[in-house]
Amino acid sequence: MPRKLLIQNVDVPGISSLETYRAHGGYASVEKALKTMRPEDVVEEVKKSGLRGRGGAGFPTGLKWSFLAKPEGVPRYLVCNADESEPGTFKDRFLMEKTPHSLVEGMITSAYALGVHTSYIYIRGEFFYVARILENAIKEAYAAGLLGKNILGTDFSLDCHVHVGAGAYICGEETALLESLEGKRGNPRIKPPFPAVAGLYGCPTVVNNVETIAAVAPIVNMGGDEYAKIGIGKSTGTKLISASGHINKPGVYEIELGLPVEEFIYGEEYCGGMRNGKKLKAVVAGGSSVPILPADLILKTANGEPRLMSYESLGDGGFQTGTMLGSGGFIVMNEDTSIVKNLFTFTRFYHHESCGQCSPCREGTGWMEKILQKFINGTAQESDVDLLWDVQGKIEGKTICPFGEAAAWPVAAAIRHFKDEFLEIARNKKFVDISHYEKLNGGLS
Amino acid sequence: MGAEIHGTQKFNESKRTEIKFSEEAMATAKLLMSNYPQGKEKSAIIPILHIAQAEFGGWLSPEAMDYVAEILNIRPIEVFEVASFYTMFHLKPVGKCVFEVCQTSSCWLNGAEDIVKHIEKKLGIRVGETTADGMFTLKVAECLGSCGTAPMLQCGASYHENLTFEKVDRLIADYRTENKQKNYTDLDYKNTL
Amino acid sequence: MKVTIDGIEIDVPKGTTILQAARMIGADVAPPAMCYYTNLKTSGGYCRTCIVKVTQGSAANPTPMPKPVASCRTEVMDGMVVENFTNPEIVEARKGIVEFLLINHPLDCPVCDQAGECKLQDLGYENGLAESRYEFERREYEMIDIGEKIKLHMNRCILCYRCVKVAEQITDGRVHGVINRGDAAEISTYIEQAIDNEFSGNVIDVCPVGALTDKTFRFKQRVWFTKPMNAHRNCTSCSGKVRLWFKGDDVLRVTARKDEWDEAEEFICNGCRYDHKSKYDWVIEGPAPIHRQSVISQNKYANLDEKKLQELKNQKALGFMKIDKKP
Repeated sequence: MPRKLLIQNVDVPGISSLETYRAHGGYASVEKALKTMRPEDVVEEVKKSGLRGRGGAGFPTGLKWSFLAKPEGVPRYLVCNADESEPGTFKDRFLMEKTPHSLVEGMITSAYALGVHTSYIYIRGEFFYVARILENAIKEAYAAGLLGKNILGTDFSLDCHVHVGAGAYICGEETALLESLEGKRGNPRIKPPFPAVAGLYGCPTVVNNVETIAAVAPIVNMGGDEYAKIGIGKSTGTKLISASGHINKPGVYEIELGLPVEEFIYGEEYCGGMRNGKKLKAVVAGGSSVPILPADLILKTANGEPRLMSYESLGDGGFQTGTMLGSGGFIVMNEDTSIVKNLFTFTRFYHHESCGQCSPCREGTGWMEKILQKFINGTAQESDVDLLWDVQGKIEGKTICPFGEAAAWPVAAAIRHFKDEFLEIARNKKFVDISHYEKLNGGLS
Repeated sequence: MGAEIHGTQKFNESKRTEIKFSEEAMATAKLLMSNYPQGKEKSAIIPILHIAQAEFGGWLSPEAMDYVAEILNIRPIEVFEVASFYTMFHLKPVGKCVFEVCQTSSCWLNGAEDIVKHIEKKLGIRVGETTADGMFTLKVAECLGSCGTAPMLQCGASYHENLTFEKVDRLIADYRTENKQKNYTDLDYKNTL
Repeated sequence: MKVTIDGIEIDVPKGTTILQAARMIGADVAPPAMCYYTNLKTSGGYCRTCIVKVTQGSAANPTPMPKPVASCRTEVMDGMVVENFTNPEIVEARKGIVEFLLINHPLDCPVCDQAGECKLQDLGYENGLAESRYEFERREYEMIDIGEKIKLHMNRCILCYRCVKVAEQITDGRVHGVINRGDAAEISTYIEQAIDNEFSGNVIDVCPVGALTDKTFRFKQRVWFTKPMNAHRNCTSCSGKVRLWFKGDDVLRVTARKDEWDEAEEFICNGCRYDHKSKYDWVIEGPAPIHRQSVISQNKYANLDEKKLQELKNQKALGFMKIDKKP
């Protein structure tokens, strides 16, 4: 059995309650950290663990923590990024909904390591019901002396608040999130300064993804070295993968990093293969922003090695033949899928979600959607493929925040690997989409 | 995207004097404001706008935004800027139940377009419209983080997942019977059909 | 701190941005800027026209910066090496940004009061394509009056945020801002409010395009047929130092004095701007210094003393110019 560290108990009845959670070993990391470790020891364990940010960027968490400025007399903040909005990603929602105390536990242990006394969980507004579940968990934790003043009788105190957003993908970008948390429009800030120096209310702040914070608990419990033994190379530990699309068993899976992609798609323990026995056409492996790969390249690298679910293996070959692990939003498409139409839904998404602050993204995302709409209408010309390629290149790297890349990469990758599909539509002046509903529900295969 | 509103807004002074939070809502608003450091109460603007939307008929009128500005002691334009940025705030009147059908990748791959068409037919309205009886508004939404249970729609606080035509029919019938305004702040937990 | 921009080295104080350093060297290396404004705090970073390539971060850490940076918001490090016009990628990227700024711009220059002093017009001329590759309908908004004296022509707006920052930083109550998001974002007032404040007219001066124009000057004259003169008067609200735009003996409009980067040297009050349109209200100092390249007045005036101009330029680039704001 592969090891599970985050969602191993989700099927235990009542695990969302503090009592049951504790009965299954919950809050051990808080006991251990607060009573037997110094804050810097906890940071050290996280460094040793090799944990990398689970939100998508994959930046080493211990290193990020070590950047946190600690000027005298200035409060520091820990903010949990629960604004999960990357298309294809729903792992944080699953974790928070099923086992909210895992996040609360991680918050306490992390805050202790960082010397933080006020923390916020910024959750996307659409997850209102999940926010209620978290609030309940926090209430229980306060009542049990796990939050508030003098936690577990130590001199460490921590407040934790849930803050709901109101519908904006861009608030997943950490500085936009901080702006939003301050009660403003979710416009990303110009960096530097980075949040570690000037974050929430201008104070040093660490922003971490839900899964990253939750992973701190098992790391403290087992020790960083032990955690680092799980996984492969620099991809240590376990990762939550959100699997969706044309597979038999969509859902959230906790995998040990290094699992072969083929096993993940076809293994009974995971996605359980393609629905209705259809052939695999393409996969978006790490959320909508990462490059789409055709079946042959997602299963094997360009060198013919089996592709593994790890930061390095998925990245093998760069963007020419590889992709990224990203947030772990794994979208699987069968042979009937139009890559052009899928890209259209992505680009419509990015157009809708652009904050509009800087010109390349504000103007470019809408332009790309309009060009792609021509393909859907069957009115595109062959030259539109080149125009689309050119426009995405003029957005990438020119914007205030990484949204520009997120919007440009899917376009570039779709053209790179599936250019013929675009050209075919342009030549035939016709686009035919199938009814996925009928295909899946009516069995009209 | 199409913005709901353009340019300056009409304001009704007499209506403004009428609107007021219920005592319970005001207590919640004050509690929310206390979650942030002194002088940083503006942080509570989004949570309080959610309350305002629920209190004042499911949408935010200029008068309602003005009232929120008063509670937070900030300029009305600051509220307007924020309210118009986030998609969950409706700046025009909506039906009691707003159906927001996710249409991004995984939902599309699982038939979201057909779900939308089905609802349009069933309710006799197009995306963006409200039924004549003021019961339903149909909207499309971008990724709601429910890709593994696609297709799905959100109505108020509830996620309705793994939709089929039959489930949608039942949902419409149930909401009609209930005849109640659905808000994001409604406390009912996940409503799985 | 030493920084090299397009091969030219200059010594600048700590805290200087790349853009400021480039302006100190001169117009030949200074990147264009549509949203940055020296006298407005936190301005800049949005339009992306001033992006440059940092090929060496500093002497201590020579690694290049991975992506182009906004020169207006990036501080110089000792030993930094920057490429602007000498880097073909930057020149190409800037063309792309100009194209983005233009795809929704109405190109109604023939009937726009800003024509002749429009930064987007200049930028388009220098970096634009001969024809648009954008075949779709442009965004359109209704024109609105924000107060008696200011016309908001949202179609032309490039969302530089300068007017918002003026309202926030030099007036005592902001009533307008940016609403909606993405390409639907627009400048707007809240509930039909007029921008009504002693310093509100400055939003006209800071607007780089013809989105905010002076209604009292509307369609009066093309700017290149008017003659700018520096003048002053005793004013209790502002410094009273302005620029008068003459046609014959008539003062057609009053603006702030702008420097060679088209930035107001000192913000002026509405009294000076709107209520003193007679030449007898003013002490005329003489012709305004006009850049040699300007369409307004080729060879009409003598150039300012070179040394004085350089001095002014350095001060301005460093942001030392005071806003003489009373109160």
